[in-house]
Amino acid sequence: MSDRASATVLFTVNGRPQSMTSHPLRRLLDVLREDLRLTGTKEGCGEGECGACAVLFDGEVVNSCLVPILQAQDVTIITIEGLVQNEKAKLLQEAFVQCGGAQCGICTPGMVVASWNLLERNPLPTDDDLRSALSGNLCRCTGYTRIFEAIKIASGKLEQAAAK
Amino acid sequence: MRSYLPRYEMRAPMDLGEALDLMQAEPGEWKPFAGGTDLMVLLEQGKLEHRRFLSIAHLTDLQRIEVTDAHVTIGALTTYSNLQRDSVLQSEFSLLWKAASETGSIANQNRGTLGGNIANASPAADSPPALLVYDAELELICRQGARWIPYARFHTGYKQMDIAPNEIISRIRLPRSSKQWRQYYRKVGTRRAQAISKVCFAGTAEIAEGKIRDIRIALGSVAPTVVRCVKTEALLLNSTGSSRIKDAQEELASEMSPVDDFRSNAKYRNRVAQNLLAEFLLQL
Amino acid sequence: MTQRLMGSSLPRTEGHSKVTGQARYVDDISFPEMLYGVTVRSPIARGRISKIEFDPAIPWNEFTIVNASDIPGRNRIVLIADDQPCLAQGLVNHAEEPVLLLAHRDKQLVEEARRAVTLDIAPLPAVFDIDDAIAEKQIIWGTDNIFKTFLVEKGDVDSAWAGAYAIVEGEYHTGAQEQLYIEPQGMIAQYDPETGITVLGSMQCPYYVHKALMPLLNLPPEKVRVIQTETGGAFGGKEEYPSVIACHAALLAKKACKPVKIIYDRGEDMAATTKRHPSRTRHRTAVDRDGKLLAMDIEFTVDGGAYTTLSTVVLSRGTIHAGGPYACPNVRIRSKAVATNHPPHGAFRGFGAPQSIFALECHMDRVARQINMPPDEFRRRNFVHEGETLAVSQVVREPVNLELLMNRAFELSEYRLKRERFARENETSIIKRGIGFASFMHGAGFTGSGERSMGSIVAVEGTKEGMVRVLASSTEMGQGTNTIFPQIAAEALGIGVDAVEIVTPDTSVVPNSGPTVASRTCMIVGKLVESACLQLREALIQSGLLQPDYSPEDFKRACSEYVERRGMLKCQSQYSTPPGIYWDDDKYQGDAYATYAWAVYVAEVSIDSRTWETRVEDFVAVQEVGRVINPILAMGQIEGGVAQGIGFALYEDVAWREGRMVNNQMTNYIMPTSADLPPIRVYFEEIPYEYGPGGAKGIGELPIDGPAPAIVNAIENAIGVPVGRIPATPEVLMQAMEGARV
Repeated sequence: MSDRASATVLFTVNGRPQSMTSHPLRRLLDVLREDLRLTGTKEGCGEGECGACAVLFDGEVVNSCLVPILQAQDVTIITIEGLVQNEKAKLLQEAFVQCGGAQCGICTPGMVVASWNLLERNPLPTDDDLRSALSGNLCRCTGYTRIFEAIKIASGKLEQAAAK
Repeated sequence: MRSYLPRYEMRAPMDLGEALDLMQAEPGEWKPFAGGTDLMVLLEQGKLEHRRFLSIAHLTDLQRIEVTDAHVTIGALTTYSNLQRDSVLQSEFSLLWKAASETGSIANQNRGTLGGNIANASPAADSPPALLVYDAELELICRQGARWIPYARFHTGYKQMDIAPNEIISRIRLPRSSKQWRQYYRKVGTRRAQAISKVCFAGTAEIAEGKIRDIRIALGSVAPTVVRCVKTEALLLNSTGSSRIKDAQEELASEMSPVDDFRSNAKYRNRVAQNLLAEFLLQL
Repeated sequence: MTQRLMGSSLPRTEGHSKVTGQARYVDDISFPEMLYGVTVRSPIARGRISKIEFDPAIPWNEFTIVNASDIPGRNRIVLIADDQPCLAQGLVNHAEEPVLLLAHRDKQLVEEARRAVTLDIAPLPAVFDIDDAIAEKQIIWGTDNIFKTFLVEKGDVDSAWAGAYAIVEGEYHTGAQEQLYIEPQGMIAQYDPETGITVLGSMQCPYYVHKALMPLLNLPPEKVRVIQTETGGAFGGKEEYPSVIACHAALLAKKACKPVKIIYDRGEDMAATTKRHPSRTRHRTAVDRDGKLLAMDIEFTVDGGAYTTLSTVVLSRGTIHAGGPYACPNVRIRSKAVATNHPPHGAFRGFGAPQSIFALECHMDRVARQINMPPDEFRRRNFVHEGETLAVSQVVREPVNLELLMNRAFELSEYRLKRERFARENETSIIKRGIGFASFMHGAGFTGSGERSMGSIVAVEGTKEGMVRVLASSTEMGQGTNTIFPQIAAEALGIGVDAVEIVTPDTSVVPNSGPTVASRTCMIVGKLVESACLQLREALIQSGLLQPDYSPEDFKRACSEYVERRGMLKCQSQYSTPPGIYWDDDKYQGDAYATYAWAVYVAEVSIDSRTWETRVEDFVAVQEVGRVINPILAMGQIEGGVAQGIGFALYEDVAWREGRMVNNQMTNYIMPTSADLPPIRVYFEEIPYEYGPGGAKGIGELPIDGPAPAIVNAIENAIGVPVGRIPATPEVLMQAMEGARV
């Protein structure tokens, strides 16, 4: 299936199938940013600590800087660019803008991905839920207050939309 | 300062059999690569010494959690997130469940595996103290067969393990108990979340008629490996616990060898471990 | 004119692009044939380079290699003292000092090449300690290791001791703090022999970078072009440091004749770039029997690292803020910035003030305890009022009511109730609780004559389409420049914000409105935006194309017509000092800042007495800031600044070994996560400041001054022993409590 210098890996990104030939240990983050030109996912630390590189990986949040591309075989990946296409996720993104949840914006893609994943699993998160779900996404600008507010407002709007 | 990728190699064997074949054919050449949450960090820092890896994260054989009357057996490639989803672990092995919830961020819990964490052998890892107090056993498999060893005998020194170059950790087995054990787990780090522990304490005790009939204590981050504090346990047997706190603390100090490092210092680790012991005993 | 837009929370202009991942930061940008650059750095803190070896396993002929001898102009990073080399030549004075630059097309190989260069450096004895530097154990800078000193004198301090009821001394320490912007530093440089050098990247001050590139490359101003890209956080860390990377990238680009991108990895960024100056402050304070301050004798020292960079200005601000919002008749402040063999320390939000304010506010609580007076009563008796003078003899010429701010903060935080309750409960509780506060001020804009010297310029321009473009070198780095400038402009012009466009800061296009620092962007530059717009409006009205009671559509039409007819509609406004501001640079006295924001912050903490782990349970931030232009943005500034202050107080600890940061990973340098922070409750009072746009004062740095002393005062309230240093880690608290046991 693979040899030293390269492996061909098949996966989907934002709904589109991809076939990538690359060194098997190349980071998913670099494949997304450099090969697929999806620069929305950011590198903040390279050690899986800041969450700026978060993507959805078969429906779970992962730090793409820690995923070797070989392990993306047959995986469904959604990046921030893919979330934009999701009508419900757009409500979350709008809430971020309205509430001041993004300042410099570098943590924002990862933060939105992680928040979206939280809302999919837990539509009405408490403050404690938010604190623990987002503890892997570091923000240096906001102190998190406005990010939490954005998620709570979005969850309210999503509940309303679901009720209709 | 990231590593030079062309020096590295990784293959994804089709199944466990192929992985074991490769490790048998070239012992020591191939190392298993699970979720990558430790190894990818080393690669990024230019510190990954080994060069050839077998990606095993996809092997479903090693991802199952099996429950029998006597045991809960966890596949080595069970992620921390999946550990937390298991209701038997949550109710009967709550310290492991708690450790899993405190190991890194959710993103890293989605990828990090119990076996990978054990094989990384950090003395500061969060699950090992829980595994020790639960008398966990590890199954190590190779092409020729399998063997079980008590987890307490697995770590033989700092980053040294009883595992042969052709072996993989395949399962972790926890004996179930019908008795009511009191459980205590506390990890002390620099911050609430995403913290490497400065001291990690796991304790379980079986109380009968107000006395300790059986007790298990394990500590992380206070020695080159995670330690089971057998002398302290022996001292506390048949006592009420709270009546022997001072003695037990002294004994505990003798079973630890914490160090000064940039995260903390030996004095702090010593004092905190002793204080956590007291907290545990007072709760019994 | 009623304010339609000022005071409303208009959403962030570039918010949509940020939440969708479309915003383009420097590492998102590539050019054809672009090379990747890396920096080879000194592994030791001080020594003489004897040899540089290149491992033959690397195909060096494929590489662009730059050393000091490749520099066409001066081997210096031009800033203030011009003592910092761009590339070390001969001597190295700090760990991580840049020696060599490499570039190659292959991002992986260039890192491997970096490892393959061996710098042979013969060690020299190094200095890492403030006292060793002052004692001149080694002379490592200048003639005496002192970058700068200041002396502030008010009244006659030495005469006050004799008549004092009590004299209280204290010593306070703050550690280095890493800015930890989530986007690492980076630049891309392109060189063309005809047009010169173009640099784009993450930065706060395009004109600082422009100024540094010219003498390095021997190029005239029109052959150097600097463009700011979307910047992922800065906090001062991208004030002066970007000049270093820009110079490096430019040198490589010039030699390679190809675009070169340099992006630091996190470990490198943390170890090699600037941090907050560590400080030591000694206080000696005399009070009378009514608790009134008689004298403050303050010695304030900061560690500047190996080169001057901005240490003189950090020292200045720290010195001026060292006496706080108190009316004390006799003050002496002796301050020093000393050289050590650490990587140079630099700008970080607050810029000297968090350090001296920490010491002062902890000391005020200590004095109060000594004379058995509640700390708030002690402050109340000494707060400065309009007409009274600050430590630098500045007469306060604006309404200030710190007592009102304090009362409000106490009410919101339930300070008194909690103080009593905690005192009772702590006797038996394992979790000790405490509540403490800090009262402080922060001067907005450059000190003294700084703004006048800078002479900032803003231009506004009408377009053929009837839009208005704002041209300023002020950068957006998350604080909201690109939202409040359109707000201010639109308000002044009576049009909608969507008719205003902010031009990307590009030195070939925008005038120099000064650096984006010193809490000056809204108050100083925003005022220039406002006045330039008023001029433009006036020009249109004067031309007859616009009637005074126009609608936005009228404006658009008139603007468009004007440009059609006359070719250009452009107005410019330059800074002029508000009347009555006098500053004496020699005596270091007078009107240090045109205005101050004033604040009282309250922190509630809990400390687990088994582990000494400390948590901030609640935080209330009350401040008077002139006028809030955009409430959500303003609250965001306070919340974020408080979060950084909490990190400064409790978690952020730089571990040094032989002058090198060894915990240079996000795993090991601990900033607060969402799980570590309480809700941060923010309240504003507004007393409009005449010379700020819409009455606004500067607020960017204010919020990082208060948290650390408020928290340490709360900790001391909880555990009853003095702490006096930050970060107040559990190990420090354990030590403090053990040390206090008899």
